[in-house]
This record gives sequence, structure tokens and C-alpha cells, in this order.
Amino acid sequence: MTNKPPSSGGFFPRNFQIHPPAYTPDYKSSVARSPKLALVSIGNGISEIAGPVFGHEELGPTDNDLIQNYSAKGQSPIGERIIVYGRLMDERGKGIEGALIEIWQANSAGRYRHTKDKYIGPLDPNFGGCGRTITGEDGQYEFRTIKPGPYPWPNGINDWRPSHIHFSLFGPGFSQRLITQMYFEGDPLIKICPIVNTIPDKEAIGLLIARLDMANTIPMDTLAYEFNLVLRGCRSTMFENRPEGN
Amino acid sequence: MTLFPKIHQELPSQTAGPYVHIGCTPQMAGLETIYGGSHLGSKMVNENTLGIRISISGKIFDGTGTPIKDGIIELWQADAQGLFHSPAENRGKSDLNFQGWGRQPTDILTGEFHFDTIKPGRIPYLSSNKLQAPFISIWVAARGINLGLHTRMYFPEEVEANAEDPVLNRLEHQNRVHTLIAKPLEDGMYQFDIVLQGENETVFFDI
Ligand SMILES: [Fe+2]
Repeated sequence: MTNKPPSSGGFFPRNFQIHPPAYTPDYKSSVARSPKLALVSIGNGISEIAGPVFGHEELGPTDNDLIQNYSAKGQSPIGERIIVYGRLMDERGKGIEGALIEIWQANSAGRYRHTKDKYIGPLDPNFGGCGRTITGEDGQYEFRTIKPGPYPWPNGINDWRPSHIHFSLFGPGFSQRLITQMYFEGDPLIKICPIVNTIPDKEAIGLLIARLDMANTIPMDTLAYEFNLVLRGCRSTMFENRPEGN
Repeated sequence: MTLFPKIHQELPSQTAGPYVHIGCTPQMAGLETIYGGSHLGSKMVNENTLGIRISISGKIFDGTGTPIKDGIIELWQADAQGLFHSPAENRGKSDLNFQGWGRQPTDILTGEFHFDTIKPGRIPYLSSNKLQAPFISIWVAARGINLGLHTRMYFPEEVEANAEDPVLNRLEHQNRVHTLIAKPLEDGMYQFDIVLQGENETVFFDI
């Protein structure tokens, strides 16, 4: 058993002030892919409160190490070696243990290992670009990877993505399902990125920017970035049967 | 008094981008060997899973009628008895041979997705005793979708249950109910297309 039971009858409603609306014309791909009609709000029943359970045994030992999980024996990918770590929690601050986190990213040249990515930045034979892990006690997680490069993309004539890592997150409830992106502190491309700027609340963008954490670097080896992950929280009830937040 | 108030904000969503297959279904992106050669959620049933075998195929169309070839689609459903494989399930013990979750890419060339699963049992509506018509929860993410989209698939043969279903009945536009009901193909096979925008736009839910 890896997931702990959700402790209540439902989740806090989503705060749509901080999520991008469906239609964001400066991000052109959204124009034909945005529903025009309103979402229909339905409450949280068991199908929304429950969600899939993943076991540690489904994952391999190097799945969270992108420096190793695709490289030839004794070799490693080119780029800035980094640790990305943090805690998956809900909006009440409760750590979420046993949850699946998946990431994908470009290599240090800004090139994805994907049959459709034709960018001039070269592939790195030792870098696949995906990783996954299951959160530990109190929601702790950690990946080792190389810092992805920025890359140009077809939107405006000269749009560049800031360095970023894509994150796919599960909580105990299917209505917590979320995909987002992590950015790096100090990157000047963040504030001019049309995808970042789909987020209407400029303060909320800060929640997606990982902090350089010199205290957790490995000297002479690897830098560290802290990125905490928050999913929707359960409303609490009188019937919670265990002390929380410990 | 709120014992455990909301003190943090859910992270803002960002699009899955054009390369979501790398992270979620890497074999479709060309990473053949990673993760032991198959992605999580690729197989929903085994030979011991209880229930009627069904398959679901379809495409996800954008507002111009073009199928999306760079998306992922996830199913989440009850087992044949209407129980979920989750610690949140307190109505009984679910089928140990059924996780209830599946994930597939939309094909990079054709845009088609395909699942083999079982027909779910009925589950109660919210905390009432009233049963819902059998359905499968669906979640879609892709480039150009800024926040993952939740919808549901209902079954065409469940005419009576669908007519009494509390979720289908609360839709303001009853002429949109058909967007949530799969089309029957041959035995146990269904087609469920999702339309992101325009005529016959699928009903999406805020859950
Ligand atoms: Fe990207």
C-alpha cells in the first residue's frame, strides 16, 4: 500500500485565477485546442476522490537519475549536473507519500529525444530525457539530471522557451491530476515566454520557479535546485482518524 | 473552525507541450528501451481480471477537425463490481487484478488511441445511494491544452441508466449529452471521439 487515504469528502475547488484559461492567443497552439463552452462543475464523488495507486516495484532503480538512465556504461550526458528535489504536498501542507512524479526535458543543447524534434541542437547519445519516481515519506522526491537548454519554437518569429522541466503529477485523487513545468531561478527568458505568460496571475508564476540551493549541492560535482510541488487539498472533516501533518 | 486550512496554492498548470510522449509514453516518442520497454498504464487487464472485456478507440479533434497526434489520454474507472482500486474505497474490496487506470498516446501518425479494459460497474452519485450509469473518467493533455481536460465516457446500450443518470441530467444543454456517449462498433468495441472545440464540442468537467 503506497497511497494514504484521502481524509475527506472532496477537494478544495480549483482556483481558476491562477491557472491559464483555455484560450490564450499569444500561445498559438491553444487557439484551435481550447474548448469554447464552459466546464460543467460536478462535485467530488468516489471516482474523483480516489485515484490510481502506483507501487515502488513498478519502477527501476535509476528511473529518477537522468544522468544514468539512458547513458552508456561509464559515460554521462553533457551539461550542467543538477539535483532537483523537493516535497509533494497538498494545499494544507500535508506531504503526499507514494505518489508518481514523471518528468521530461530537453538535453543541454535544447534538443528533445523525440522523433518529431528537428532542432539544430544536437542529440546527446547519453541522454534520454525522461525520469520518474514515487514520493517518499512526507512527499519527498529527488531527481538527478542535467540542466536543459533553452530552445526556439514555432510560435512568434523569435520565441524561445526558458530552460524548463515538464512535471506530471498524481495525488491520491484523480481530480488532483496536474501537468506543469519547472523553471530556473534567474532565467531572463521566463518573463518573455508566451507559455509562461498564459498564467494570468504573475505572482503565481513564481510558484513554478525552482530556487538554487547551495546548501544541498554536492561540492565539485552537482548543483541543487529546490522545487516544491503543491496539489489540490482535501477539505478536512471531523472524521479524520489520524493526526495530520506529522 | 477549520482544523486544516488551505495554506498553499496548487501549482499553476502549464501545457504538456508537444513532447509529452517522452515523459508519459516514451516508446511512442522513439525511446524504445527505456522503463523496461513499456509505459505505465499500457496494460489495464490481465487474464484474471473480472468483468466483460471491452475496447475503446477514438481520436481527439481540434477546432478545425484535425486529429491531435501529440496528446495523451488517461482512463480511470471502477472494476466490474463498481469498486475502485484505491485506499479511498471503503465500500468493499476491489478486484486485485484491476488497477482501474490506463494511459495511451494518441498515435503520432494517425492520432488514434486504443484501450483494452473491462466495462465498469455502477457507482453511487456523490454521497447518496443513487447509482450513476456506468462510465469511465477520462483525462486529456496535449500541446495547446493549458489545463488537462476531464470528461467521461458513457455506454450506448445503457439507455435506461443513462436517462436517469444524475450527471447527464444536470447538463444544461441536453443536446450535448450525446458527446459523452460512445458509439458501438462490433462486439464489445466502442468508438469514443473527443472534440475539443466547435460543433459537437465534448462536455468537459470541472471536478
Ligand atoms: Fe518543453
